[in-house]
Amino acid sequence: MSLDCRKEIFQHLNNNVKMSNIIEIKPVHTIDQVHGMQLLYQMMRIRRFEEKSAEMYTKTRIRGFLHLYIGEEAVAVGVMQALVADDNILSTYREHGHALARGIDAPVIMAEMYGKMQGCCRGRGGSMHLFDAGKKFYGGNAIVAGHLPIAVGMALASKKQNKQNITCCFFGDGAVAEGAFHESMNLAALWSVPLLMVCENNLYAMGTAIRYSHAVQELEKKGAAYGIGSVAVNGMDVLEVERAAREAVERIHTTGRPFFLVCNTYRFRAHSMFDAELYRDKSEVEEWKKKDPIQALQKQLLNEQLVTDEDVQRLSHEIEQEVQAAVDFAEAGTWEPVEELSRFVYSDQRKPA
Amino acid sequence: MNSNDTILITYREALKQAVREALHKDEKVFLMGEDVGRYGGAFAVSKGLLQEFGPERIMDVPLSENGFVGAGIGAALGGMRPIVEIMTVNFSLLAMDQLVNNAATLLHMSGGQLNVPVVIRMSCGTGRQLAAQHSHSWEPLFAHIPGLIVLSAGTHEDARHMLPMALQSADPVIIFEYTAMLNMEKDMPGNTSDFNINKAMVRKPGKDISIITYGAGVYKALDAAAALATMGVEAEVVDLRILRPLDKDTAFESVRKTHRALLVEEAWATVNISAEISACIMENVFYELDLPVQRLGGVEVPMPYAKHLEDASLPQKEDIVERVKKMLQHD
Repeated sequence: MSLDCRKEIFQHLNNNVKMSNIIEIKPVHTIDQVHGMQLLYQMMRIRRFEEKSAEMYTKTRIRGFLHLYIGEEAVAVGVMQALVADDNILSTYREHGHALARGIDAPVIMAEMYGKMQGCCRGRGGSMHLFDAGKKFYGGNAIVAGHLPIAVGMALASKKQNKQNITCCFFGDGAVAEGAFHESMNLAALWSVPLLMVCENNLYAMGTAIRYSHAVQELEKKGAAYGIGSVAVNGMDVLEVERAAREAVERIHTTGRPFFLVCNTYRFRAHSMFDAELYRDKSEVEEWKKKDPIQALQKQLLNEQLVTDEDVQRLSHEIEQEVQAAVDFAEAGTWEPVEELSRFVYSDQRKPA
Repeated sequence: MNSNDTILITYREALKQAVREALHKDEKVFLMGEDVGRYGGAFAVSKGLLQEFGPERIMDVPLSENGFVGAGIGAALGGMRPIVEIMTVNFSLLAMDQLVNNAATLLHMSGGQLNVPVVIRMSCGTGRQLAAQHSHSWEPLFAHIPGLIVLSAGTHEDARHMLPMALQSADPVIIFEYTAMLNMEKDMPGNTSDFNINKAMVRKPGKDISIITYGAGVYKALDAAAALATMGVEAEVVDLRILRPLDKDTAFESVRKTHRALLVEEAWATVNISAEISACIMENVFYELDLPVQRLGGVEVPMPYAKHLEDASLPQKEDIVERVKKMLQHD
């Protein structure tokens, strides 16, 4: 790869730091260089951002609950490739990866986790409640499966208004045990709404393994009960996730019906910062780490001579700077004045009694 | 129509006219709920609307309160103007997560980014001997929650006019309607130019005592006030109407005038709306009082089926009259 060519790619990446939407939908059979590096960059960025978040947590700059996505990056990054700017996205309390992949600026996410006014929710939401209406990113929801019915409603609203957008809802295997999941699947199918349900099956609902939660552990089978098409993919392979998501989105657009995509993945880190991980063996975690989605893609790109070690180092370096800039931005942020505490309990335009 | 004109109407018809008008006025409005379409509404409030507006706008939903209330919230976020009917308040607990954790929080939690303009209608209170699981008065549960606007339609006027006002709100509104009043026929004021959903209302002026109430208590209090009038007692009846955010000033004004207050409601007495009003009176107009504030609330039992026990569980007109007489004797 010539130096100029690499320069061009980095330029392209820099132009797409906030990129999350590829309007043109094309099947990914073989990976092209620019796209491969974009995917790698996005996953590495999420990984580094979260490592830094954990560091800032131990330094008590971030408090509350902090749920890390490390190990699962291929799901957010892969699925997001299939979505466009007008699509709605809803996520869980483990949503830093989705927010970053969607294009919410890293500094405002970090500032939100610091509780600063410059955060995407003025510091009111914190790690579990990232919202960005402009990016059509609707949380950040911390009641397991609580956002699934909302996703159905948003898809219904699109249908009623003849909009062409879809709604994409991320949730975990834990949510599939909730009644809200089953009600939502039934409603989505009954009303035939453009909804992509993405289950990130990381095998644990907090500390309870899937075998103790689900009588049927092949979660994709649950789509059949509602007449919803479903597929399970290797959620550690970003290309496979992307391919499946693109097919799912195309199918939703063609049929107008919901689709259920199960991404089998694994969380490398603890459930939250308070978790001693008594419920699983270290050896199990080590086995899964061998399937690290970032390592896997990196290896593939190197093997196919689409990137060099220097490219990867340079990506790391750029990301390091970007993440540090996010921390600096959060550190420099200010607190929302206490006088504003009750603002937005009701809309500003509401006249007091 | 001049301001003295009135319309004779049932409470049910008032509710129906409100829904029908809303559907005509704004194509983004749709009604969703259990049995609202083909059945015609569990209480026949939406009877005929499916035929008039079609299944896209009058949506029958499966028995999935959590699901369809959440979908209503999502549809509101997505630009629609849903009216969600929860058949009765008794089933609302199945949707409580959506109402409390989503509808009430999204605006504040998102730093002012997301409005949830959804209207939830629920039938409330006793019906005809429906026993412990179908007779709840849970207005206080919802009035506890910041972020919700909680309205109580204790009169035909409010049954007719609260909904259009609620549909102008950018925030989630819950409207309580009263099963026991559906067949009641009343004269409703024709002129609604001064109607709003920000203020409590004095339903009958008086100078001797304030009866402060809402919902199914309003007509009982008015009947009691009429009976008391024949005994020479001029009771003022205050209908709170807006249970969150509470308009306390109207209650305070009344207490400043009468110096006595009896608080009446059907909800269980412990931690109910009257408890809140009573505390607010103490904090703000204590020195206006000539005697301690008193309360008549629901007896704290699961509602029994037998008619005489059901009646005994709730404050009745006679209870209000007796209590007022007793309070004034001690004055």
